[in-house]
Amino acid sequence: MKFTLLIQSAPIDSQSSATALRFARALLKKGHTIERIFFYRSGVHSANRLTLAPQDETNLPQEWQHLVSDNSLDAVVCIAAAIRRGIVNQDETARYGIEGENLLQAVELSGLGQLIAAATQSDRLVTFGGGG
Amino acid sequence: MKRFLIISRQSPYGSAAAREATELALACALFDQPVALLLLDDACYQLLPEHQPETIAQKNLSAMQQSLPLYDVDKIFVCQRSLAQRGLTLDSLSLAVTSLDTRQISALIRTYEMVINV
Amino acid sequence: MSDTTLHILNRGPNQTELLQHCLDAMTSGDALLLIEDGVYWSTAHFTEKLSGVDLYVLTADLEARGLKEPRGQSVDDDGFVDLTVVHSRSVSWC
Repeated sequence: MKFTLLIQSAPIDSQSSATALRFARALLKKGHTIERIFFYRSGVHSANRLTLAPQDETNLPQEWQHLVSDNSLDAVVCIAAAIRRGIVNQDETARYGIEGENLLQAVELSGLGQLIAAATQSDRLVTFGGGG
Repeated sequence: MKRFLIISRQSPYGSAAAREATELALACALFDQPVALLLLDDACYQLLPEHQPETIAQKNLSAMQQSLPLYDVDKIFVCQRSLAQRGLTLDSLSLAVTSLDTRQISALIRTYEMVINV
Repeated sequence: MSDTTLHILNRGPNQTELLQHCLDAMTSGDALLLIEDGVYWSTAHFTEKLSGVDLYVLTADLEARGLKEPRGQSVDDDGFVDLTVVHSRSVSWC
């Protein structure tokens, strides 16, 4: 079955990004297809490459990077939600004349249309995090 | 084509939640997917008239919501119980919306393939 | 396949109204999966509130919080996936 995953909360504020990561691994293990992983709202912090974790703690962005690149998955961060929260790639630092791109390499910055397009192509949409 | 139901439970301005729910509903409509918005709990407050968010340097959510019908998000639902719990009535709201009781909300959810609590 | 919904709840007893919306939305054939802080609802104290619900609890979150003997059926991550497959849509209450 084809799945789209939507992550809406930041790793540090919610367990949801970690739950989504485990769910994604279980999906692949069971032979399902991930059409797209989409990060919206504060979920975009899951794609901050500059996140640091003490050695005995999990670095979630790093884990996402591994999962996405090892399995050649499609992962997108909502551009409107991301730039408001300071998550930018090279295109955006150039566009706004700022320094310090920090988006995970395996993840793309794009519009909400990417979530909608993926959902319409999927059998299931599973949402992690969100609310207030 | 998939039918999208966007659910919001947050009041405006205290966080970006209400705005990001509205933006998602608009995006669904822009990409030609049937979409409805369901407001629960404090999200009822999104529909109070006469917001003046310039006092806190924010954009007006009502203005964005007024554009929903223009983009064919013509179905906006609000939870009857949430309204009552807050002393609100339909005629005091800034948009023409439909109020639903719990049975109707339950039935509504079943008619959408993609349901997103923002 | 019948048209049923998997409801996923990730908030605990701090959010009673959220649980209420979730329970109100459930109809026959639907299931409720408690994850993250939602697993606290599976403790004995809330048995009555969740009576008659087809209830599942994510094992990892349960064990992480030192909870034992939950109401409902414990599932691992694979079981979570299976539940999303069995039901025609999922609704995350958050």
